[in-house]
Amino acid sequence: MPNHKLARGVALVGAGMSKFGAFKGKTSRDLFVEAYVEMLESVDLGINPKEIEALYVGNYSCDLFEGQGHIAPIMASWTGLNPLPAVRVEDACASAGLALREGILAIASGMYDVVVVSGVEKMTDLPTEKVTDTLATAADVQYEIPAGFTFPGFYAAMATAYMHAYGATPETFMRVGIKNHQNGSMNEKAQFGATISSMMEGRKASAAKKGLPIPEWKDEMDFLHDDRANPIIAWPMRLYDCSPISDGAAVVLLVSEDLASKYSRNPIYITGTGQASDGALHDRQILTSIPSARLAANQAYQMAGITPADIDFAEVHDCFTIAEIIATEDLGFFEPGKGWIAAEQGDTSRIGPKPINLSGGLKSKGHPVGASGVGQVVEVWKQLRGQAGERQVPGKLRYGLTHNVGGTGQTCLVHIFERRD
Amino acid sequence: MEIPRHWRLKKQRYALVGEVCPHCDARLFPPRDVCPECGGEAKQPYTFSGRGEVYSFTIMHDAPTGYDEQAPYTVALVKLVEGPVITAQLTDLGEQPVEIGMPVEMVTRKIRQDGDASGLLVYGYKFRPVMPGVAR
Ligand SMILES: [Zn+2]
Repeated sequence: MPNHKLARGVALVGAGMSKFGAFKGKTSRDLFVEAYVEMLESVDLGINPKEIEALYVGNYSCDLFEGQGHIAPIMASWTGLNPLPAVRVEDACASAGLALREGILAIASGMYDVVVVSGVEKMTDLPTEKVTDTLATAADVQYEIPAGFTFPGFYAAMATAYMHAYGATPETFMRVGIKNHQNGSMNEKAQFGATISSMMEGRKASAAKKGLPIPEWKDEMDFLHDDRANPIIAWPMRLYDCSPISDGAAVVLLVSEDLASKYSRNPIYITGTGQASDGALHDRQILTSIPSARLAANQAYQMAGITPADIDFAEVHDCFTIAEIIATEDLGFFEPGKGWIAAEQGDTSRIGPKPINLSGGLKSKGHPVGASGVGQVVEVWKQLRGQAGERQVPGKLRYGLTHNVGGTGQTCLVHIFERRD
Repeated sequence: MEIPRHWRLKKQRYALVGEVCPHCDARLFPPRDVCPECGGEAKQPYTFSGRGEVYSFTIMHDAPTGYDEQAPYTVALVKLVEGPVITAQLTDLGEQPVEIGMPVEMVTRKIRQDGDASGLLVYGYKFRPVMPGVAR
């Protein structure tokens, strides 16, 4: 594969996001404006919005979720960015990662100097069953869905293959969920801003209040094994192995490298981008890895001139707990078949050698599908600039990485971010 | 003459008709007229034997619209003896636990209550365990 370089450097100088969650009465526009305003405020030296030249919007399915298509000019209109070119891009749950890449390429090409990159999704207007059907359209509706599969089902089949090949157990996956809820409990923007143990306490309290028998769980694992509290969705994936249905938006500001110091005292440079595609799950020779993720990661590492060992922390696409374990292998942090051991040993915890999903990941922060890829960038921005508050990784950080998957890996985008000082 | 879409789909779904690549001999399912292995045109129909083994599987408890009545049910990726992997539901399992590597064979069954996404097909392929010792 040729080692492509960007024709000129790109820097991240602002980032904002709405809270992720289920917001009755808020539309994707409201969430977008919330994120956009926070992005403007995050620019150290300020930005005159008139300097922005284009808007990229990642969105999976406003059409089906809200009955509203053609949303890029609407978002531009709601943020005063008209008549700028407004571009919507879609690659399922990787839509926002794709918007980021398109923004990077536009600046690197010399076409623009200042662009806004974003993602937005409003999912909770539909009942759960309709959300599942809408998400299913990201799979092959002719050759996968008729069998009775859903996305939890696909990832569950990957989990079955992974357990069979390497000896992981359903408990391994539960530990990933516990860890991500722990991280998310320190993120004020997270949908579940609570640890699993505090959610257990909440359930006990609510049972007591209603005069119902108070459930007795020994610990978090005991709770996660309870079929009533944590039902099986698609064996071995249970409810707490699945990311939630969410609303949310995330917005970042990209500029050409030479303009970075005009806007920011502490810009973050985007030094690697990679993207690859694949067929349906049944078109692959392997189920314990996502080949498009390996390809995208290798492109990004080559472009950045670094190796997986250089990455200080990563936000990975944990739409299901198994996906995080596979991601840590595909990104080269651990050997194939060793990711689950690393997860069980705590190597991916906030204070471990390779912190993964400090934001809480999609699991705890929430997964407004078309916004998640830029939501990941917001966390990398905060961590690299030392602005992540309670969940800040200790020590000096230089490289962060985002890994954003569409479907079961029909699309994957990987980006590498660098702090230089 | 072009074969109408639903007739093509029926041949695929009821008889597991795919394609074979005249350039590299790859067996293709689903058929797509272009070989994903070598990129050449591949329009030669090829009927699969319908025999294979479970490549991976899951048990669906939370079923999508149109499948609720069947839940819980087992869905699988089946590796056909000719090479391709196919996504399908398993059926006629009885008490037998499903395992990766389990030999299975194709049968035609009702696939959902109200037809597939094309609105045309109520019936299609499923796979059942190959009974040991049963004459074939
Ligand atoms: Zn061929």
